[in-house]
Amino acid sequence: MAETKPTQPKSFQEIILRLQAYWAFKGCAVLQPYDMEVGAGTFHPATTLRALGSKPWAAAYVQPSRRPTDGRYGENPNRLQHYYQYQVLIKPSPPDLQALYLGSLEAIGIDMDLHDIRFVEDDWESPTLGAWGLGWEVWCDGMEVSQFTYFQQVGGHDCRPVSGELTYGLERLAMYVLGVDHVMEMPFNDPSSPIPLSYGDVFKQTEEEYSRHNFDVANTETLLQHFVDAEAECQSLLAQDAVDPKTGKHIVLAHPAYDQCIKASHIFNLLDARGVISVTERQAYIGRVRTLAKLCADAFVQTQAGGADVKSGIVVPTELM
Amino acid sequence: MNLLIELFSEEIPARMQAKASADLKKLVTDGLVEAGLTYGGAHALATPRRLCLALEDIPAMSPDTREERKGPPIDASWAAIGGFLGSYGLNHPTAKAHVDSLLHTPGSVTLSGIRFEDREIKGKRFLFAVQELQGRPAAEIVAEVLDATIRNFPWSKSMRWGAGNLRWVRPLHSILCILTTEEGAEVVPLEVDGIVAGDKTRGHRFMAPGKIKVSSFEDYEAKLKRAFVMLDPEARAEAIWHDATQAAFANGFEVVEDKGLLAEVAGLVEWPVVLIGDIGADFIGLPPEVLQTSMKEHQKFFSVKNPKTGRIEKFVTVANRETEDNGATILAGNQKVLAARLSDAKFFWENDLRTVAEHGMTTMSDSLSNVTFHRELGSQAARIDRIAALARRIAPITGAKPDEAVLAAKVAKADLASEMVYEFPELQGIMGRYYAKNAGLSDAVADACRDHWKPMGAGDDVPTEPVSVAVALAEKLDTLTGFWLIDEKPTGSKDPYALRRAALGIIRIILDNDLRLSLDRFIDEGLLKHEISRAKNGDVNGAEIEALEDTLEEIADHGVFGAAFEAVLASFAKAEKPVETGKGTYLARVGKAVPDLSDDLLAFFHDRLKVRLRDEGIPHDVIDACLNMPGNDDLTLLVKRARALAGFLATEDGANLTQGFKRANNILKQAEEADGVEYSFGADVKFAEDEAEKALFAALDTADDTIKPAMEAEDFGAAMAAMADLRAPIDAFFEAVQINTENQILRRNRLNLLARIRDVCLTVADLTRIEG
Repeated sequence: MAETKPTQPKSFQEIILRLQAYWAFKGCAVLQPYDMEVGAGTFHPATTLRALGSKPWAAAYVQPSRRPTDGRYGENPNRLQHYYQYQVLIKPSPPDLQALYLGSLEAIGIDMDLHDIRFVEDDWESPTLGAWGLGWEVWCDGMEVSQFTYFQQVGGHDCRPVSGELTYGLERLAMYVLGVDHVMEMPFNDPSSPIPLSYGDVFKQTEEEYSRHNFDVANTETLLQHFVDAEAECQSLLAQDAVDPKTGKHIVLAHPAYDQCIKASHIFNLLDARGVISVTERQAYIGRVRTLAKLCADAFVQTQAGGADVKSGIVVPTELM
Repeated sequence: MNLLIELFSEEIPARMQAKASADLKKLVTDGLVEAGLTYGGAHALATPRRLCLALEDIPAMSPDTREERKGPPIDASWAAIGGFLGSYGLNHPTAKAHVDSLLHTPGSVTLSGIRFEDREIKGKRFLFAVQELQGRPAAEIVAEVLDATIRNFPWSKSMRWGAGNLRWVRPLHSILCILTTEEGAEVVPLEVDGIVAGDKTRGHRFMAPGKIKVSSFEDYEAKLKRAFVMLDPEARAEAIWHDATQAAFANGFEVVEDKGLLAEVAGLVEWPVVLIGDIGADFIGLPPEVLQTSMKEHQKFFSVKNPKTGRIEKFVTVANRETEDNGATILAGNQKVLAARLSDAKFFWENDLRTVAEHGMTTMSDSLSNVTFHRELGSQAARIDRIAALARRIAPITGAKPDEAVLAAKVAKADLASEMVYEFPELQGIMGRYYAKNAGLSDAVADACRDHWKPMGAGDDVPTEPVSVAVALAEKLDTLTGFWLIDEKPTGSKDPYALRRAALGIIRIILDNDLRLSLDRFIDEGLLKHEISRAKNGDVNGAEIEALEDTLEEIADHGVFGAAFEAVLASFAKAEKPVETGKGTYLARVGKAVPDLSDDLLAFFHDRLKVRLRDEGIPHDVIDACLNMPGNDDLTLLVKRARALAGFLATEDGANLTQGFKRANNILKQAEEADGVEYSFGADVKFAEDEAEKALFAALDTADDTIKPAMEAEDFGAAMAAMADLRAPIDAFFEAVQINTENQILRRNRLNLLARIRDVCLTVADLTRIEG
């Protein structure tokens, strides 16, 4: 532990920057957000797909996440339909992952000598991704600040080796560290900047616009069609021959297909917010997305990044070796 | 020597720790004993990061053993010899050749450490196998047993981590395993998937994270205590409870007891530090259940009550460490989180109260028509209508006013549409009561909102107020009959709609309240109600629905569906109403299906009741004997009969009378089969020859005089006492009289006399079911 404790951060973005620096220093590839609408950082292919197969992996990134049903027109102090997650995925999970994680809390100004950090059982399951893992929610003075999960299965495949996943809910964590009670009042940049901006300056208007859009305006018929289209496209991409006729190379379309799976998942979330999905239909839609996720996972383990031996021309998924 | 084991891991879920430490103790001690190692005391403890087991007085070595088995004769067939050798894994030609040699050269051969020898027993030569095992060092056995224990540990959920294959509840970091003698401690050599056992542990994650070397359990416990770890979960729970009550007492307050929460919190900390804080003036007006639930479920806080106001005004949280600021930062953080949670709760509460103030309970209950209860069973609103109709009919039996029962049924589920229950589903019912009172409804109705869900489980109270009881019964009957109708019955361990709990709930409500009702009739009504609901949504014609609705009205008069249905169909035919009732028609199908389902559901109740009575110590044959009597759908009567019969059979007279009855019954059955007639009446005392025979006539007359009125008064005790008086005359009769005599008149008379015994006995219970 350092002799001098880290200084207190002054803004939301400083907390993000410190996390980026911390995990970069610890050897993670610091990636950028995925350029599609997702419900959580886990959906980024850098987590979902890279948790599969035998190849080691270490990545950290911010992921804007959308939960259309959580929109509150920017009025609720803690709820947003668009928020940020900070995501770390390391495969295989290192033995000191808990210590590494605690180090990241210190890096953003949480003094371990004054606070009470606890690992409280919370098993993670994503029915849409066909994934589950065991772990905890991490409490700081009774406040949930992160999810900590050892992935056991993704897309129906056993994870071997196991990845350790950390997810920080950035707004909530930052509000706690900065001592802010309403998310919209949180300083986004340094309050002593020439042009100080609050979280509300950046996002209040978009929360209103998207809340209205998600709950009342989004065209449900179009969305229903988009869902069907994405589903069909995903399946058709995966039905392509693994050998590209033009280049003669082994090119499985795992990522393009997975994009369609993500798209279907987000459309489902929007339809859910529009209130057009009944309780019974809900399960069916989730099942359809899960089917896509599983197909994508099946495809990914046939690729080099998924650990398959494609150079020899014979594709053997690692889990069968 | 003493053994100390510590399995040190990342945080073990609180709810699993107690079972895990017990499992560790069982698996290790069983394994050691199996391998011949005894032990004295055993101590199993757990913290969030470690399972610990200490065993005392283990011998340094397991004892030598000698096991001897007698095999087949030495000259037996190869199949027999081979089988014997095979039980030692030696079923091969070489072994056979060696053993064969014994036939010619008596003596012994040793194969794979097992000595086969021939011995003579009473002039015959037999093959014997003698296996001598030398005792092994304790360390070797402990290593094997612990390795197997770790690899096969019965976690309800376990995981892999990193690149390894070992499974544990969360990553396992170190194994401490030492054997301690007077000379000192020795590490048991053991490696499990790369984790090498040692003699070191670690203290508190934050307060003393360094490695600590230990030499015995006492040393371990003391050093851990200095390193801010309290090993014993009970000691932690006691410390928490002591400090919490002290802190509350200092303020003139008291902590609301919650054993489950206490055990859970003790499993979340290694070094408990109790902090007490204020809930805040904004929130103390919330219902205490809301405060308690929110604080317990989300924050694991204890509620602290001000006895002067009766309100919950403070909370206790348990931190896992001491800090320089005496927990001020931790408490402030917790208070902040709580305030955020409670502002949500307050927001919901105020919104709900506003809704109730403006529209009573109707807005909430109306919105339930949009909520699906089950795809095939319609909306919550339709369900509420059915429950209300059933409650109206059950009300007179429970002593409730029918209109009040209907009103209660109509609003009982309204809180499902409240914001508070949406957020805290466990508050359903409790919120309903508050909202009903706020809507100006009577206490009986408001209480029914809370209590009609009950009993929720084995430990939960049974409702006792008439209105609550009527709605509670109706609610559960509607659930059961609905799922029976769509064939969603529980199978094996699967019971997604908690139907077993519902049936047991009905049984407990009926028995605890001493209710007298024909369950059959209400099952029929429930089934029919569902059938009508479904018919209205299907393509069933109006006249057919009318026939079912009329039947529903008639059931009250006829008691059961079948008779009511026949009566309605007959009246329809008379009035020449156009309904098809022939084979394959809708009504014919319903007419057949309802009674079958009804029987099946009643049998389901009986199965639950059997389990309950068995737990009470009433044997299954006694229950069967009572189930086989008419009126077995009146559970109160059924249980009364079963208890009386069990008591009766436990007496000597009872047991003997049953024997007498069985003897009479067997003779009768044989005679009836042989003669092709049923002996049922006409025994005449004038044909009685023997004194014992005459005495039996007299005794039966006397018994009849007592038993009949006693049975009418359902006084099973008196009836059975009267039956007991028959024992001596029956025994004497069998002693003195031969039934199957040459004289056919005498024989028939005696058989008819036996039939009287049978009849008397069978009025009380079906004694043919009694075993033994």
